[in-house]
Parts: sequence; C-alpha cells; structure tokens
Amino acid sequence: MTRKQRRLVLIGGSLGVLAVAAALVLSALRDSIVFFNSPTDIAEKHPAPGTRMRIGGLVKPGSLQRGDNLLVRFAVTDGKTDIGVQYQGIVPDLFREGQGVVAEGKLEPGGTFAADTVLAKHDERYMPREVVDALKKSGRWQEGEAKGAGGKSQ
Amino acid sequence: MIPELGHYALVLALALGLIQSVAPIVGARTLDAPLMRVASSTAVMQFIFVALSFLALIVCYVTSDFSVATVYENSHSMMPLVYKITSVWGNHEGSMLLWVLILSLFGALVAGFGNNLPATLKARVLAVQSWIACAFYLFILLTSNPFLRLAQAPFEGRDLNPILQDIGLAIHPPLLYLGYVGFSIAFSFAIAALIEGRIDAAWARWVRPWTLAAWMCLTVGVAMGSYWAYYELGWGGFWFWDPVENASLMPWLAGTALLHSAVVMEKRNALKIWTLLLAILAFSLSLIGTFLVRSGVLTSVHTFANDPARGIFILAILVLFIGGGLTLFAWRAPLLKQGGLFAPISREGALVFNNLFLTTACLTVFVGTLYPLALEAITGEKISVGAPFFNLTFAPLFIPLLLAMPFGPLLPWKRGDILGAAQRLMAAFGVGLVTVAVVFAAEGGKSVLAPFGVGLAIFVVVGALTDLVERTGLFRAPLPTVRQRAAGLPRSVWGTATAHLGIGVTLLGIVSVSTWASERIVAVKPSHTISLAGYELSFDGLVQRSGPNYRESAARFTVREGGVAVGVMEPSKRNFSSRGMTTTEAALMTRGTSQLYLSLGDVNDDGSVAVRLYYKPMVLLIWLGAVVMMLGGALSLSDRRLRIGAPKPAAKSALAPAE
Repeated sequence: MTRKQRRLVLIGGSLGVLAVAAALVLSALRDSIVFFNSPTDIAEKHPAPGTRMRIGGLVKPGSLQRGDNLLVRFAVTDGKTDIGVQYQGIVPDLFREGQGVVAEGKLEPGGTFAADTVLAKHDERYMPREVVDALKKSGRWQEGEAKGAGGKSQ
Repeated sequence: MIPELGHYALVLALALGLIQSVAPIVGARTLDAPLMRVASSTAVMQFIFVALSFLALIVCYVTSDFSVATVYENSHSMMPLVYKITSVWGNHEGSMLLWVLILSLFGALVAGFGNNLPATLKARVLAVQSWIACAFYLFILLTSNPFLRLAQAPFEGRDLNPILQDIGLAIHPPLLYLGYVGFSIAFSFAIAALIEGRIDAAWARWVRPWTLAAWMCLTVGVAMGSYWAYYELGWGGFWFWDPVENASLMPWLAGTALLHSAVVMEKRNALKIWTLLLAILAFSLSLIGTFLVRSGVLTSVHTFANDPARGIFILAILVLFIGGGLTLFAWRAPLLKQGGLFAPISREGALVFNNLFLTTACLTVFVGTLYPLALEAITGEKISVGAPFFNLTFAPLFIPLLLAMPFGPLLPWKRGDILGAAQRLMAAFGVGLVTVAVVFAAEGGKSVLAPFGVGLAIFVVVGALTDLVERTGLFRAPLPTVRQRAAGLPRSVWGTATAHLGIGVTLLGIVSVSTWASERIVAVKPSHTISLAGYELSFDGLVQRSGPNYRESAARFTVREGGVAVGVMEPSKRNFSSRGMTTTEAALMTRGTSQLYLSLGDVNDDGSVAVRLYYKPMVLLIWLGAVVMMLGGALSLSDRRLRIGAPKPAAKSALAPAE
C-alpha cells in the first residue's frame, strides 16, 4: 500500500467510528434525556402522563405524610403551584419540609408525580440549582437567600 | 502572622513564576545558557515557596486559627487532627492551593531530573509550566485567597461538611490532582516542542514517564473517588455518570490514549502530530474538569464548594491555554516532519485503533457532560443526561476496544498477521466462550448481556496473560528456561500485561455488580430478621453514641450465613450539631471480593428502622482492577529504558530537526 492509501484507510476508519459514535449519541439523546420542570411548568405545559422528567421546588410545609412500606407523600411547591409527589423508599438525610428537593419520575394520569429518585440538597448551604431557578421564575426567590445558594458565603 | 507569611510566600512564588515565564524563553531564543539555567532554580524555588504557603495553611487549620476565613468556614476545634488537615483541601481555596502545590512540584521535578533534556527544550518546558502556574497563582491571589482574615475572630468554626469528614477524602483529591496536574508536563512538553519547531522519538521518551506517573495517580484517584462515593453517599452505586465524575474520567481516557500513542512515537517515530494533539487535549480536559468542578456551572451531587463568579476567571484560563495551545498546534504542527509508515495490521495499527476508540469514547462523555449546559444556554430548556445515555454510547464503544485489546501486544511492529495473533489467542477465546456458555446456562438463558460481559472480562484477563505465556514459553519450555526468559523480559511487557489484566478485573466487577447485585428496602423492627442472598441480618436494637464532634445513633445487626454468625454490621446516622446536619454512615461487610452494604433510613415511631440492604457480588474487583492497572503502570515506569533516559538525539538521521 502506498502512503496515500494507508492514510485513506486511517481516515476512512476514523470517520466510520465517529459516524457510529454520532449515531449512538443522537439516538441516546433522543431517548434517554430527562427534562426538568417546575410545578408551574407542569401546570402550564400539561406534559403527557408517563413522560419521564425531573421536578424541583420546596417541600411544602405540612404536606409530608408517611404511609406503610416506606411510602412517602409530599407536595412540591414553587410558591405559585403545588404538585403532589409519592415515593416509596428512603428519603435523603436532608429531606425536610420547607427545604429544596428534586424528584425524578413520571407524571401519573391523575396528576400526581410518581418519583423513583428523590434528591435533596446535601449541605445546609446548598440549594439545587434547578430549585433556585424554579423559585426565581415564580418570584419567590429573595436575593438575600442567594448567599446560601451559591454554596460559599463569605 | 502565619497566614500572612503563607500569603507572602505565594506572592513570592508568583514573582518567581513571572521571571520563569519570560527569562528561559528569551534564553532559548538567543541561546543564552545562563538565562536558560534560570528556569531550573526558579522552578525549585517556586515549589519551596508554594510548599511553605501550603504548610502555613495547614498550621492555620491544625491550630484552629478561626481568624482566617476559610478555617472558620471549614474547620472545627473538636475535629480529629486528620480531618483538620484534610479540610485544608476540602474547600475551594485550599484545594486550589493544593493544585498549584502539585503543579510546582512537577515543575521542580522536571528541573531536577531533566538533565538529559536539550537545554533549549528544558528551558521552554519550564517556561510553559510557569505560564500555567502564574495563571493559577493569580487566580488564587485575586479570587480565592485562602489566607483572608476575618475582622473579628469567631470562637468556633463552622465545621467541615460532614460528608467530607472521611479518610477517603484525605487520599482522593491529592491523587486526582496529581493525575490532572501531571498532564500539565505533557502539555508543556508539547507546547515547547511546537515553539521549538522540532519533535522526534526522543521527545516521546521524555514525556512518557511523566504521563505514566500522572496516569497512575489519576487511575487510583478516579477509583478512590468512586469507592468514596460508593460507601459515603449511601446509595451503593459505584459510578453515577455525574458531571464531576465525568470530569475526571475524560482526562483519564485522553491520558490513556496519550500513553499508547507515545509508545508508537517512541518506537517507530510515527503518530507524532497526533501525540502532540493528545498531550494538549489531555491537559485541556484536566483544565475543563477543574472548571466544571470549581465554577459550579453544573448541578452535581458532589460539588461542595462553588462560586459562579470565580468561573469567569477559570474560563479565561481555559480559553487562554486550550485556545492558545490549539492555535499554536494548528499553526506549527503542519511544519513538523511526517512520521514513519506502517501497515494497518500491525502493533502501530492496533494502537491507532486503541486511540480512535478511546478518544471517541471520551468525546461521547464530553458531549453527554456539556450538552445540558449548551442546551440551557441556547434554549433555556433544562435537562439531565444520566446513566442511560452513557450506557447507550460509551459502553458500545468500549466493547470493540476491549475485544481488540489482547491482540495489540501480540502483533509485531510494522506489519502484523492478524490470523497468527488470533491463533495464539485461541486459548483466551476458548476460555471466554466456555465462560459465556456456563454463565448463560447458570442464568437459565435469562440475559445475554451478562454472560457476554463476563466472557469478555475473562477473555481480556486470559488474553493479557497469553502474551506473557508466549514470551516466556511457559507450558512449552523447561522451567529454568522460563524463569530465565521471564527475568529477561522488559518490564514494560510485564507492565502492559498487568495493566490490561487490571481492565479485565475491573470489567468483571462492573458486570457482576450490574447483573447480580440484589437489594432490599424494608422497615425492620427490633429482633426481626431480613434475609438477602443467603445472609440473614437480625436487628438487635439502636445504640446511641457520641463521637468527637457528632452524636450518632447506630443500628446493630447480627449477620448470619447459613445460621452461623459471621459478624456485626452497625450502620448509623450521625448528627453534626455545628452544622445541624445529619449524615448516613453505611456499614459494609466484606465477604471475599463481595460486600454486604447496609444503610440506615428513618427511625419510625413504632421502633422500626428503615434500612437499605444490598448484596454486591465481586464489587471490590472494580477498584482492585484499578490498583492492578496502577501496578502495571509502575512496572512500566521502572523499565530500563525509562530509567536510563533517552539516548542523545544526534545519533540517528531520523531524529534530525524538522525544518
């Protein structure tokens, strides 16, 4: 083989692998990404039940109920709209009423959200960024709190 | 006084860094030997001053000097000594100081051990290294000064984030940084070579040991991070495809590719330009990793200390070095002389295959990590890209790579014979296929992926050993001959086989845990029993204890296997009053390479506790494999040709300047 042919083999092979990778990435991006919505987004956009998504906001004070078999029900609020969430399992250490939370799961036909993952903030100074944005959007965010949100306060 | 000294030492290091950024470059241009020699002294002095600065910060933490803002924010007088020290780098400011400490350490090492380098190259390498150092000194001094004083010293500190009060944290960041920052040497060498306008096989021989050392640290660092997340975050997962984890995986992938392409360059004087590009990319990805973690642009389960305001500064550093490096590459690389020829089926071809798949896999991780950020910036839509994405993209790209891996060392340079290599791998194929069949039968034909995964892992392990068996003539030659041949084999051959074997071991662990891990989440009352995977755990009751800076309630479980008590597990919840924060401490019981994993949920009013119990078969292999990979790297590093150093480049005509 000449130098030119060898180079062609090399470039052809590389392009082939890149094409396969691009196809994989595009198909994975279509099927396996999860969108984030605030309770108000859900009320406004009416996403189809069964769609996987993340929701975020504050755990509404007074809404937390525990059932049998580690069932937990609570409402997530962004100050404007609430959405009921149910989850079966162990909630994180910092999961509390009035605190920020992000839940991942599906919207049930009845309008409640069936979560399979619940993430709470993991430091008393840190607030999930999605939650901050959701609260800002609904106008419930005071800049005084921003100190706590950036992680570091000086 | 001490904090001011630390601060001052850092300023002095910056001053030295500025000298080192300019003088050697001018010296190399004008061939002024004394000016070039300046770099060696300043590199060592820089390290000494940064080390003094770091030491000063350690003293502040150990003596609990709460007049220093970062100490107040991140330490507590009641904390055990070891955590007082580790909290030095458990926060943004301190960890950046650790970053420059390691950076200057590498600079000093090049100055000390680089005596066989041509004077101009050494001067330029040290100058480039100093550019990076200066950028980060400025970053620390201007935006993240760890020595900042508070106007009034509080009596007590706010304590280190309890999740970080763990011995894993003591080891993980320094190792990771040694890896990240170690690639800066390869970067500096690449930029120096581009400025110099010449590059040859000797260059690869000088760069390889540094890359190898950095790669070893990064391998163990990533593995440590994974193990720490596994036992500390209480979810029992070993890899979350979290942006911060991806940030450490990307330089590892690029660094692994760099190690392999540098071999081709060293042995065959080919792939020169590609190797240069990889050297620039590996460090660029390390910088991007630092940016992702430190700027807080991504939501992540373990971004503990972040501040978007600092992001701009790091972004500027990023643009300067990555953009500058790539621009220089685009301008100068076409002027470099083309490398040697090789057939597609050859050792070189196999290494190109390795590089192609590693960099493509790295690219998919890059896309998956940064796509959400780009999408949000453009459309405002928020998405999260998680494990499903990476399982669909990263895994399929790794399968051909792993299948091809045993072939590489068996193919000769220049022109190889794939059928011959396949024949020699018959034993490995055989064992792999038998494994697939056995696992498939044992599973009752339920899944196809698991048997294939285990078979692939076994193929990789046996394939790695095949090369050693072939070369030593084991099973064919008499034993004394084998021993003699084994002793005569270059250490790098042992290193390759060991590192490849480590990949197989890790893969086996990953497949095993992903397939056969079992899990129970229940609420259990005292004296009741939970059973999982042949183990029975009976709940004996809750115990209240207090530690140095926390109170904990631990649930005591007796573990029985087949009715025989084998031990006690005590998962607990710790309450750190200084931060009003609770952490879950999982209990682990190791059985061979498998582990029982028990973590505690809420305590209910009726005295029952919610627990999460996992059985993780062969989970330890995941991290053991990484340690084996590191040992492989160490064996390679001790190879004679790297210890002795490179020959004088004048000897061969192929090594002539590229003009």
